[in-house]
Amino acid sequence: MKPLTITICTGTTCYVMGSGYLLSLQEQIESACSRPIEIVGSSCLGLCKDGQYGCAPFVQIGSTVIAEATPEKIIETLKQQTARNPMEQI
Amino acid sequence: MNGDNNVQRNKRRLLIETAALAFRGRLAEEIDALPVKLFPKGSAPTRCCIYKSRAITRYRLMAVLGYSTQDETDECTPLSEYVRRAEESRPPSGPILTVINEACSACLTGRHYVTNVCRSCVARPCVTNCPKQAVQIISGRARIDEERCVNCGLCLQQCPYHAIVYVPIPCEEACPVGAIRKGPDGHEQIDEDKCIDCGKCLQACPFAAIAERSQMVDVIRRLREQKPIAALLAPALAGQFLQDFPKLVGALLKLGFSRVVEVAAGAEMTARHESRELQEKISRGQAFLTSSCCPAYVQAVRKHIPALAPFVSQTPSPMHFTAQQVKQQQPDILTVFIGPCIAKRREAAENPCVDYVLTTDELGAMLVAAGIELADCPPAEWTESPLPQARAFAVSGGVAETLRAVSPEPNAVRPMLIDGLDKKSLKLLSVLPARGTGGANFVEVMSCAGGCVAGPCNISQPKTAARKVRDFAGLQNPAAQAVS
Repeated sequence: MKPLTITICTGTTCYVMGSGYLLSLQEQIESACSRPIEIVGSSCLGLCKDGQYGCAPFVQIGSTVIAEATPEKIIETLKQQTARNPMEQI
Repeated sequence: MNGDNNVQRNKRRLLIETAALAFRGRLAEEIDALPVKLFPKGSAPTRCCIYKSRAITRYRLMAVLGYSTQDETDECTPLSEYVRRAEESRPPSGPILTVINEACSACLTGRHYVTNVCRSCVARPCVTNCPKQAVQIISGRARIDEERCVNCGLCLQQCPYHAIVYVPIPCEEACPVGAIRKGPDGHEQIDEDKCIDCGKCLQACPFAAIAERSQMVDVIRRLREQKPIAALLAPALAGQFLQDFPKLVGALLKLGFSRVVEVAAGAEMTARHESRELQEKISRGQAFLTSSCCPAYVQAVRKHIPALAPFVSQTPSPMHFTAQQVKQQQPDILTVFIGPCIAKRREAAENPCVDYVLTTDELGAMLVAAGIELADCPPAEWTESPLPQARAFAVSGGVAETLRAVSPEPNAVRPMLIDGLDKKSLKLLSVLPARGTGGANFVEVMSCAGGCVAGPCNISQPKTAARKVRDFAGLQNPAAQAVS
């Protein structure tokens, strides 16, 4: 199965708000949603600028933006996406 | 608790919002609206209701402005008034850590409980092993008589079903010196005569009831005045952001600092001085010497283990050497030490060379508030080149390693590491004068397990930070378990 990319924003705002800790969650997330994932740190995604997306730290999975991202929110989003596109698992 | 949790995030948001107002010069005008802005109508409450969150935010803001909650004499005084007072004169000196009574959940006294996992078994080791006859079986379940229980924990160890739990008071459990205790009203109180400012209670409290008095707003005002002001970067800072050190320096210059200095240079001076002191004292017959760069440890000795005092090195800390040098070169410059440590605030208050102390999370908040993106900062030309080992002072074992590196005979330094102060390691330290060290002649003591990279006000994960600090120093990273 192709690993799914989880993009963690590491712009200064997201980093100060804790995204550094999210970078090291590979194993925890992978075992929780039993599919391979790849965590990628990104330079500022620009999501914090006007407040329309909510508050940092931001994580992006496909086209979904997670504001105030936590490990639980990331896992929840992954599960929803897998449920929506079960074919992707094959 | 993991360093990334809601308490930490709320604290950082508060710092960011305050710093943003301070940079715009709108603090007095807008600070009283901050509690509402952070917890607006309809937002999900993090406590019983948003009104309590707002009330507590107000007290946390007092601490951000430099005031202790105990400084409040009139509840009606608006935060803007504290802003004005702080502009006129620096907030009164006094305790650095303060308890916000409104936030303290007045946790139940730490004790053992029998959960409903208890099966009322035949063996009943909880009953038979209790030295105080405090455990009885009542209606099919073990019960612990609070009056008799001495919290020895034997029942917990013996239960084959793990049905007995110990529920501690997190701050009291974390405090290595018993400085935080319940007052008559059930809320926690910090005993200044015992507190060593290590910040462990602040890290441990899940209700964000402990706040530290900040100097951030004052520093921002100085930066806006564009007077000469130097940032003294603790060695731990090299591991606090993803970007490389020259970019961090670039960001600090952009923030308004006129000069940036590595405290690692002072760490090298400390190590050279301490190495000579070690040789001298050993040759005079002293059994061992302990480090003195960790201010929480120095206070712990002063307040709790006076017998160890003669063994503590007289060598000034890296912060002192660095600040002194900067002041000698430019007497009118203000010095701002930036590091992950709360206890440094106390050390700085007693040191005329250091004007302010900022913590790493405050620096992070200032960068965010000023709209500075670290990745986009032009890297500063960085030519300082202190001894590599001195740059790794902030990782546990780093002080001893530097001492060896500067010593004419590296093998003459025989180190022993106390990696983190807790009740157990303090007990060990207290018997050193009488029982000796078992061969070691230099005892490195770090209040935070892992070293300063695990300090209470860090942004980075301690392990990642340790690796990055050693990379920056150009030193090999030891196997992962050694820097946990």
